[in-house]
Amino acid sequence: MGASDEDARFSQLGHKLMCVCGCNQVLLECNHVGCPYSDRMRGELMAAMQRGDSDDLVLQSFVQKYGPTVLIAPTHTGFNRVAWIMPYLALGLGLTTVVLVVRAWKMRPLATPEGAVAPVTGAELEHFRQQARKETEI
Amino acid sequence: MAQIGSFALLLALALSAYCFLAGLLALVLPWFHAAWLDKITRWIGIAGFALVLLAGFLFITSAFVFHSNNPYLSVAYQRALLLALALCACSFAIWIIALLRSRQAEASLGETARRAGIATFAVVFLAALVLVISAFTDDFSIAYIFHHSNRDLPIPYKFAVLWSGQEGSLLFWSLLLATYGLVLRLRHKTDARLFAYASVIIAAVQIFFLLLLNLAANPFGIMQGSLPGDGNGLNPLLQYPEMVIHPPMLYLGYVGFTIPFAFALGALIMKYPGEKWIHITRRWTMVTWGFLTCGIFLGAHWAYSVLGWGGYWGWDPVENASLMPWLTGTAFLHSVMMQEKRGMLKTWNMWLIFATFGLSIFGTFLTRSGVVSSVHAFAQSSIGTWFVVFLIIILVVCLVFYILNRSALRSEHRLESLVSRESSFLFNNLLLLVACFTVLWGTLFPVLSEWVQGNKVTVGPPFFNRVNIPVALLLLLLTAVGPLLAWRKTSLESLKRNFLWPALGALAAGILLVALGFRPWKDISYLYSLMTIMLSVLVALTVISEFVRGGRVIAQKTGQGLLASMVHLTHRNTRRYGGYIVHFGVIVIMIGLAGAAFNQDKEKEMGFGDKMTIGPYTLVCQSYTQEDKPNYGSEWAIINVFKGGKPVTTLYPERRFYKASQQTSTMPSIHSTMREDLYLVYEGQNNDTGRPIIKAHLNPLVMWIWVGVWIMIVGTIVALIPNAVPVRVMAAARVQVAPVGAGD
Repeated sequence: MGASDEDARFSQLGHKLMCVCGCNQVLLECNHVGCPYSDRMRGELMAAMQRGDSDDLVLQSFVQKYGPTVLIAPTHTGFNRVAWIMPYLALGLGLTTVVLVVRAWKMRPLATPEGAVAPVTGAELEHFRQQARKETEI
Repeated sequence: MAQIGSFALLLALALSAYCFLAGLLALVLPWFHAAWLDKITRWIGIAGFALVLLAGFLFITSAFVFHSNNPYLSVAYQRALLLALALCACSFAIWIIALLRSRQAEASLGETARRAGIATFAVVFLAALVLVISAFTDDFSIAYIFHHSNRDLPIPYKFAVLWSGQEGSLLFWSLLLATYGLVLRLRHKTDARLFAYASVIIAAVQIFFLLLLNLAANPFGIMQGSLPGDGNGLNPLLQYPEMVIHPPMLYLGYVGFTIPFAFALGALIMKYPGEKWIHITRRWTMVTWGFLTCGIFLGAHWAYSVLGWGGYWGWDPVENASLMPWLTGTAFLHSVMMQEKRGMLKTWNMWLIFATFGLSIFGTFLTRSGVVSSVHAFAQSSIGTWFVVFLIIILVVCLVFYILNRSALRSEHRLESLVSRESSFLFNNLLLLVACFTVLWGTLFPVLSEWVQGNKVTVGPPFFNRVNIPVALLLLLLTAVGPLLAWRKTSLESLKRNFLWPALGALAAGILLVALGFRPWKDISYLYSLMTIMLSVLVALTVISEFVRGGRVIAQKTGQGLLASMVHLTHRNTRRYGGYIVHFGVIVIMIGLAGAAFNQDKEKEMGFGDKMTIGPYTLVCQSYTQEDKPNYGSEWAIINVFKGGKPVTTLYPERRFYKASQQTSTMPSIHSTMREDLYLVYEGQNNDTGRPIIKAHLNPLVMWIWVGVWIMIVGTIVALIPNAVPVRVMAAARVQVAPVGAGD
């Protein structure tokens, strides 16, 4: 493995970890002067890579040492899967709702708000629409 | 000079007190003239007036007798807040009575309450003014001033003290709400009854904040024990020029959503026929949305210029809290057009603005309750419960009135075709809400995880980017297609005719980028970047084609030049073409964001004459030194920048140590061009060699983001300008003729 590949792997793994000093920053982006954690953690990451640990093993060792909050995003296991699924589920549900609403609109009769004068309809409405279109559309 | 300053402060205080007393006199005078009022309410009015006189007397005497560093003055300020709370409660209660009483009583009581609302502004303003004055006079007897200011704090940041801590920012929130309320109450003749309802709701919200200020987060708490000689100082990260304008902009956005919320709820309560409440609140909503947009991007710019990690958006909970109401507010701005033009989506719009207001309050709860950890959060405090209760009250009130009056929200038209402007708005709303849900879900998931699994997890940028980037791309596509669709129904032939050339242009841009070395297949981020740029070109071409097509028609009719015709066109329908300019700003920002896929960084210890190369730039360390200033000490390096062997600029990355707060802060030095930013950070010194460690970031296209924001601001301002030739069409309910924009 070349030096540039190793740098790329270091950067990739370093961007999957958080600095645990409380700055809420990615490990490789923590720039706190005198941060008590980031330098040490970077050293540990480099040492793990030099030992020949796989990516999973490196990340797992960090989780064991610093807890699950050291990972920058939820894993794809157990309850954490819900984090990833829900936005797509919301999109799916939203799309279904839009389709159902559109269908319902096509089926149901139009309503007049209580207390309001009946809206203009038919030829009169079309006349106003034509007038509005003529005046507003370029 | 000190005497002049003191006199000016006292004069300002006296003037404010006069304003305060005169406003309250106006509040109580009608009580004496109204013969129909029963004795109890009259005595309440008299007692209120006496209270006001007493408070005013207390203010003036305390200010004259004790200049600073005295607890009595602080007590007087607390009384001002209590008085504001009492007036606001009066305003709310009297207005409720007014709405229930006879028409004659309603008019008199309503006017009284309106004046009480205006007086509330004067008193809250006075309280805020006093806090700022206390910061300027280094009155460390007030605990808030001690914790957030110090003697050597530069003058602009003394203003920022008002919103730099929990209590002050809540007072500032209250002040802005009172200001919005003042404007609303001064314009009450537009529609007296609807404004009366809106005013009651605003007074209710104001009561919540004043209760908080008086009972849970009082900014005028007094220091215990001997008075300290100097304060703790302002957080170093906040000592940056944008700090003076970023929070006010953001708060103007958050607080401003109270106005459309109040009108929407008022319209629902009174089963207001027609869409007039939307016409009335349209400008309020756009102004509010504009402020929130400015606030968010000023925050991004501030993070970029101060935090020193080379980025502008970190998906921090506080950033997310500001983005959520912006997303729903954007959805509202689009979907109200369906209600105005077609009488559709009435329930949806109502709930969208309820949600937007609720999210503004929810965001405040998130960041102030300590529920989620954030670099911005105002630490753990007890006020979270207050916000939870307030949110529940909001939800219950909205739900009850919706259930009671939902019959007034039935749609007047139906969707006639999926290929129509209406459907594009529906999908636009869906995508914006999915983005909002994702942000909310990601922000709250650590709390949920702790509750379910017993341990917190981090939800960082990869999660938000993975879900929101595809959503943003779909939104860009809709931004391109939407304006080409007609209301009700669009023929495929017309769509093809309008869409063909922009689509070919976007395709050509993609091919050109690949030919220039773009390799989208190498990394998903490159692919997203390419798609963003292609879709941005598509949107730009459709926007330009809309301007050119309209401009040509006017040019043919009037004989003007094309450019003059396009200006004329914009002036005839400012909302529509202002909106297009905003869309143009959005794509410029999106191109800027796309550049992040190609960010590079390097770090090196640099002694005298040492070199570092990043991208096309060569950096040479000319010197490094230290400096001592009253507020802070600093270490900085002088880095000469060369490109192609020629000198480009000199940068001065710096690290500061603030004496009062004993905290360090980085001050990155940035060389910005439209192509890229060279961003240097002084990371620190090597303890062994004493040489500085410099981190260099090369961030492509960042300048596009800031340019895009300016374009969005211009577009928003254009959309706020009244049309040159008002276009009038008959509203659905024929009782009124309402001016509407067309073709939006």
